[in-house]
Amino acid sequence: MRLVADKLSSARGGRDLFAELSFAVSAGETLLLLGPNGAGKTTLIRTIAGFLAPRTGEVRLEGGPADHTLSEQCHYVGHLNAVKANLTVAENARFWSRFLGGARGRLEMALKTFGLSALRDIPAGYLSAGQKRRLGLARLLLAERPIWLLDEPATSLDSAAQQVMTGAVNAHLASGGLVIAATHAPLGFAKSRDLQLGTAAEPA
Amino acid sequence: MSAFWQLVRRDLLIAWNEGGTLGVALGFYLVVVAMLPLGLGPDLNLLSRIAPGLLWVALLLAALLSLGRLFETDFEDGSLEVLATGPLPLEAMVAAKGFAHWITTGIPLTVLAPVLGLLLNLPLEAYGVLIATMLAGTPAVSFIGAIGAALTLRARRGGLLLALLMLPLYVPTLIFGIEAIGAALADSETFMPSFLILVAISLAAVVLAPLAAAAALRAQLQ
Repeated sequence: MRLVADKLSSARGGRDLFAELSFAVSAGETLLLLGPNGAGKTTLIRTIAGFLAPRTGEVRLEGGPADHTLSEQCHYVGHLNAVKANLTVAENARFWSRFLGGARGRLEMALKTFGLSALRDIPAGYLSAGQKRRLGLARLLLAERPIWLLDEPATSLDSAAQQVMTGAVNAHLASGGLVIAATHAPLGFAKSRDLQLGTAAEPA
Repeated sequence: MSAFWQLVRRDLLIAWNEGGTLGVALGFYLVVVAMLPLGLGPDLNLLSRIAPGLLWVALLLAALLSLGRLFETDFEDGSLEVLATGPLPLEAMVAAKGFAHWITTGIPLTVLAPVLGLLLNLPLEAYGVLIATMLAGTPAVSFIGAIGAALTLRARRGGLLLALLMLPLYVPTLIFGIEAIGAALADSETFMPSFLILVAISLAAVVLAPLAAAAALRAQLQ
């Protein structure tokens, strides 16, 4: 399985972000998107997830199951956590698990991995920013999907939670998944390659 | 299909936990209808003649209050993006949310309407027809409103824009809803045709509105 981007170009608000960008990520690999603010990291991730149409080029998955679209095989964890404030932690997780078609046993495992078991009956609105982030990341484990798209995944996580996330990502890579992550801080993911965005941009 | 019902279930659960949204819609309906006799004077004949129209117009306004939030909360907390990567086509996602909105707003407003009919001296024999026409017409209110909610998702003060965009589209529902009640009261044969057209409008809205709303949402997610 290989995720291939072929000559992608994208512009936001009339400003060119990247042009003719080509790369490939194979199963078991991580691609780290690096670059200054506004370099187009989020735009690239949202393009792969299928929310944005690229101006030219295409993204395709080679060797994946043919009956699913690319975006149905992606876990997208963006800046927002997709957590409902007036549902409890367990209700939030249960909804995403069932909606995304995850296996039953994974729910407890996901909550436990991210240290949320003790908080399961608390409305998610009372969680701290880091705990909400953990709940957002727990979605990655609720349903099995080969491609993980992470946009600044370490935001507001403490160092222990960052290690948990790194462990989850490395386990995903070891089981044949692939990860594309935008980041400013080093994340310690295995088998990672860097893709520098926005180097051509003038440092105005 | 299970993802569809899971989404309906979640929206019902959120509405139940929140409570406030429904309370505001019901309270607004009550206040608007209670104010009207004060403005129009205590002419019972006049009130009972215009009661069906007043109840329908006030119901539309009350439903619009909560329609603005239909996709907004999911958009703000990032759920909409995750829903878009889910196994459900965006059209079915819109349909699930529209259906949940009908259950949490359309049905409670319909149930409240006969109570408010008392304030307007609505003839007793009209109550059954009132409930029937509102049950038949409110799906169109929720589903057509979903188009407006999707279109105004990222607009500041989208609620006002939503009302401006959507109220004209409610004209057919309004006309046939009121016409059906009037015909039933006058024992006229035109009740069935009006009622069936009302049902047809709702069915068409349930099928077609998700297509339009999903197209609008795709543009909003860009």
